[in-house]
Amino acid sequence: MTRSVAASRGIAWRLLGTATAVLLVVSACSSSAATPSPAASQPAASAPAAASPAASAAASAAIDTTTPMTLNVLLMQQAAYSAADITAMDAAFTKAYPNITINPELVSYDSLHDKIVTAQVGGSGKYDVVLMDTPWPAELVKANIVSDITSQIPANFTTGVFDSAWTAAKYNGKVYGVPWINDTKFFFYNTDMFTKAGITAAPKTWDEVEADAKAIKAAGVVKYPITASWKQAEAVICDWTQLAAAFGGSDFVDASGKALFNQGGGLAALTFMKKLIDEGLVDPASLSQTEDDVNSVMSAGQSAMALNWTYGLSVMNDPSKSSVAGKIKVAPSPGEGSVTTSGVNGGMSLAVTTTTKHPNEALAYALFMASEQSQEMDVANALPMWKASFDNPAVTKGNPDLFAAAKIQFAGLVARPVVPYYTKLSNALQDAIQQVLLGKKTPQTALDDVAAQLPTFQQ
Amino acid sequence: MAVGTLRRSPAKRSKPWPETWVAAAFVAPAALVIFLVVVVPLARAGWMSLFAIELTRPGVEPFVGLGNYITQITSAGFWDSISKALFFTVVTTALELSLGTGLAMLMDQPMRFRWILRSLVILPWALPTIVNALMWRWIDNATYGSLNALLTQVGALHDYVPWLSQETTAMWMVIIADVWKMTPFCALLILAGLQGIDRELFEAARVDGGSTIAIFRRIILPLLTPIILIVLVLRTMEAFKVFDLIWIMTGGGPASSTQTVAIYAYRTAYQGYDFGQGAALGYIIAIAIMLLAAVYLWMLRRTGTTAS
Repeated sequence: MTRSVAASRGIAWRLLGTATAVLLVVSACSSSAATPSPAASQPAASAPAAASPAASAAASAAIDTTTPMTLNVLLMQQAAYSAADITAMDAAFTKAYPNITINPELVSYDSLHDKIVTAQVGGSGKYDVVLMDTPWPAELVKANIVSDITSQIPANFTTGVFDSAWTAAKYNGKVYGVPWINDTKFFFYNTDMFTKAGITAAPKTWDEVEADAKAIKAAGVVKYPITASWKQAEAVICDWTQLAAAFGGSDFVDASGKALFNQGGGLAALTFMKKLIDEGLVDPASLSQTEDDVNSVMSAGQSAMALNWTYGLSVMNDPSKSSVAGKIKVAPSPGEGSVTTSGVNGGMSLAVTTTTKHPNEALAYALFMASEQSQEMDVANALPMWKASFDNPAVTKGNPDLFAAAKIQFAGLVARPVVPYYTKLSNALQDAIQQVLLGKKTPQTALDDVAAQLPTFQQ
Repeated sequence: MAVGTLRRSPAKRSKPWPETWVAAAFVAPAALVIFLVVVVPLARAGWMSLFAIELTRPGVEPFVGLGNYITQITSAGFWDSISKALFFTVVTTALELSLGTGLAMLMDQPMRFRWILRSLVILPWALPTIVNALMWRWIDNATYGSLNALLTQVGALHDYVPWLSQETTAMWMVIIADVWKMTPFCALLILAGLQGIDRELFEAARVDGGSTIAIFRRIILPLLTPIILIVLVLRTMEAFKVFDLIWIMTGGGPASSTQTVAIYAYRTAYQGYDFGQGAALGYIIAIAIMLLAAVYLWMLRRTGTTAS
């Protein structure tokens, strides 16, 4: 062959070879970490200046009721309101505002956080409204994902909704979301199994829980009397926070940012959790369970006691889903020592994103979903957050036990810390707690190790 | 070349395009798309990895050079995740290769319903990874999974074992799920290689008194080496960056025992809001895989069957 053909063949092969090599590298990287650009761009206007705080009609006055539009909302399908509930609420909203179509997207809790980050970073986010969990406002505000709506909240919301629900929506004194879900973990137990073991009343302290569990196990009623959602995910932090509060500790960090979770209530709670596992009272499978799994296990009659969110009751007592329907009762979460009861704040709020093109309409949607009427549409899956609802017999008659327990627990909910580094801290704690529960580290060492990492998180 | 009355002047005589240029022209559109969609973000990620970018501190992005890389290389969490990824890679690749070779030899045997075997074997590989992961999560379920049921019924176990909740067994369950899915892939590639081997070689070997094992060792394996190396490269690259299988089955738990480097990178970037470090991690993974691929390709070249 001539020299020029050989040379061009050589060049062409080299080109193809480079392209292939790049392909290899690139396909190797394609599933790895982030490539989006961070939100260095300016936020969209977060609040129109004209809203007056006192008038509840202020928000509706600025709403466009003629232009057809679609609002993309990101919600959760796990605990609390079911997909059917949300569809019903959306339909009611569209009836009130016919030009606005709602396009809801429901994801699992664990995906919710990551989806908000991936969808909204970069300034061209898809969603107008996102569901925000209690510890996230700090992160989402600092990352410029949610807007300040303090001046647009109607007065009746501020006074009529439980304070604990507002915790989920605030950061540094400003409001970034409309409270929507006010929830905590209650204590569910199987009355049948209790009777078989000779227990007549629900336990009031965690020591009693331990004793009752031992009795149930000794009577041969079930192999593992307690089931829990202790997966290496936010679920285990919720349970641990609730127990820590019962054992006397309620803050993760003090005002100066020093760790408090590795002493007092936090340490005692973790030690207690390990003890329950060692005594064979808690199902070891709990370490990979979320709240949905806890419902399944209780509904299958495989366990006698569990902590879960409000929705657990309706699932466990639903004859079409549960083989123990009608046998599950709810009681306030047990206390310990001088603490009567404790509850982790599982509240969630609807936040208006900084990338929305329809901020007024998005806020109107959030306020509508959180209104007393919407909330009372289904109180089986999620308790209303309006104080008035709790005194309304028409609402409470469906489940007097639940409302009674809620009234007691809602009075003093404990929030996970609302700090910008919360998720990093939570991830470290999840790992530490699991190491302890698997017997690989002692509680003190594990928590101290996380405490030592705190300064790096706080930078 | 035209011969006849119509003559062209030498200056205008057209040469046919070289074949290689035609080939390059076909590849060009796809290469352009890949360049825009992959190479550009890749370059950006590389640029990002040189800065300290935290989403919770937008606008403040100091240049740190190799700082992110050094932070990761000196962190225990990183090496832990690398060791998990390496363990997963070595075990799955070894199992898939050996089982795949055995399966390929079986599929190569002339038998009546060989076509059924070959069709069935494709099914696990055809499953989407997510479906596979969910399926195995249910099979391994501690309370009503079929694995526990099967083992207790045949008497191998007394009590149900929480497979995915123990750090000793979780990684193995993930490995089993991957091996079940990807062995057919290896088997099919090796079968293709097997069918390229001349059968007369076997007959000659038998005439010379060779046993089956000797035939396998002396004839089949050496001739299969190129294919095996290719399978090794592909599987190693895929296994090292495994993410979705583990994320669905265990989420990285329990106690981070299945937290491979890709999951660690994901958590750093999307849950830790640290995009600079996340990008650095991505590049470290890429470089590691490139090194592995380079080693394999060098070995492939040594066997004398490289493309050029």
